[in-house]
Amino acid sequence: MNWTSFDTWIVVVGALCAVACALPGCFLVLRKMSMMGDAISHAVLPGLAIAFLITGTRASVPMFFGAAIAGVLTALFTQWIARFGNVDRGAAMGIVFTTLFAIGLILIRQAADKVDLDPGCVLYGALEMTPLDTVGSTDIPRAAIVNGGALLANLAIICVLFKEFRLSAFDGALADTLGYSSQFLHYLLMTMVAVTTVAAFESVGSIIVISMLIVPPATALLLTRKLPAMLMIASLAAAGSAVIGHIGALVVPAWFGMDATTTSGMIALAAGVLFTLAWLFSPTEGIVVKRFRRGKVEIEDRVSPAI
Amino acid sequence: MSQLFKRLSPAGDAAGEDLSFHPEDAPLAIHDLTVAYHRKPVLWDVDLDIPDGKLVGVVGPNGAGKSTLIKACLDLIPRASGEIGIYGKPYKEQRHLVAYVPQRESVDWDFPVSALDVVAMGAYRRLGWFRRVTKQESENARECLDQVGIAHLADRQISQLSGGQQQRVFLARALMQDAELYLMDEPFAAVDAATEEAIVSLLRTLSEKGKTCLVVHHDLATVTTYFNWLVLLNMRIVASGPSETTFTRENLQKTYGGKLSLLEKAAEALRHTVE
Repeated sequence: MNWTSFDTWIVVVGALCAVACALPGCFLVLRKMSMMGDAISHAVLPGLAIAFLITGTRASVPMFFGAAIAGVLTALFTQWIARFGNVDRGAAMGIVFTTLFAIGLILIRQAADKVDLDPGCVLYGALEMTPLDTVGSTDIPRAAIVNGGALLANLAIICVLFKEFRLSAFDGALADTLGYSSQFLHYLLMTMVAVTTVAAFESVGSIIVISMLIVPPATALLLTRKLPAMLMIASLAAAGSAVIGHIGALVVPAWFGMDATTTSGMIALAAGVLFTLAWLFSPTEGIVVKRFRRGKVEIEDRVSPAI
Repeated sequence: MSQLFKRLSPAGDAAGEDLSFHPEDAPLAIHDLTVAYHRKPVLWDVDLDIPDGKLVGVVGPNGAGKSTLIKACLDLIPRASGEIGIYGKPYKEQRHLVAYVPQRESVDWDFPVSALDVVAMGAYRRLGWFRRVTKQESENARECLDQVGIAHLADRQISQLSGGQQQRVFLARALMQDAELYLMDEPFAAVDAATEEAIVSLLRTLSEKGKTCLVVHHDLATVTTYFNWLVLLNMRIVASGPSETTFTRENLQKTYGGKLSLLEKAAEALRHTVE
């Protein structure tokens, strides 16, 4: 393996991206709205395309606005369709995000001549290319700044509104009666997810980002029963999967005599492996530990009547 | 109105109590309330005045709109028509006076918080946006847990509590709100005997402090022992008044309609306990 500063930057960008996603992802998982991350990550596409068509540049600011608006609209449309169309939330989400994603794809195809946003890139990103696009004369990739910014913003919002987010995720009705609008907090979270998704978009695309939103938080939930610890473990698992993922992308294919594979895919796979390990060996929830404990209880049960 | 109330008031209470009852200052005054889900009415033209300091039991068959009534009072669901006054003003201005105990199933008990965290949520109204829970409020939360008899479980994650203990956590959270009016949705549902006792004594304590509690209840056998005011509900208000005069066979029949045989048994049981 030939490790260069290039590889270091790929890992840094991947890790920033993964941690930025994991933080709002924790609240998506706790609110049992994991699929909303899926929906929003797809539905921001038309927002991006329209922002590009209007401004003609890939400058970050209009893209973020486009995406944030598209993200909030996804949440809003989902709620409307569920309420007025009398279909369940999952179906409403399916209707909204596929439609928006399709519109986005069509817009991108239409603008394809002028844009280097290609549909393949939309799906799984181009993490390996990010170190080529640096800021000014420094070595710092633009993607590191963008994802780092998203990470800091998410961290700041969650630190400031920790109590409010926890309350509305646990008991939205109580939040409302106490004067904390659960609607506002819901849409704030959706906006965070949308913006984070866009930040991550170029690097890892709209599919892999779902894994980053959901898998590390789900892993953390198997390992702790405290919310601050959950946020911390999810961040660690996210960063860890970026490191393992990139090394894996370089090393594993060589075992089979193949060239290095896509890092973003490997990051998602590494996250999946970490989840599996947590699922098997978590001290409280792990199935191995549970099996062991159940065995012990049975033995005790069998012994106790004799006593 | 005060005339009517005087007449309804049990004779025993009349001596020491101020009977000048103004519905506009009542803990809860509901007028012409109608609530509908998908154009099907759940509550129809409800008029209800709850006098101060009562332990109020709300009973009625499944789907009678009991939970809906509470949620409407808290502005949690839109209403088709009607006005609700909490001590004479709309709920929005009186949030600090009202505590809510939702049904236990309304939240995810696997959520990563401790019992103490949940109880401390009762202080969020006082704290306001951005402020963290203070040491003092943490202490208060511990005391509230103590009042419901589970102070030793403060640091447990809530999924590791029994159903009854979970219900007590909810009650402790309501205590933490330090309200005047407590709205409780089925606190007695599926709890153990010890918890039932703890809830009853808690209700009595609140009542002694002059607080008003409105409790959705499902057990007709205990309703007159636990509550001194009854509201019989089945989409409309069938009857509302002191337990002794309201818990009659005729009223129950009107409330429960077809399920008469069950009712007869309950009434029978009651007659025995009263005698």
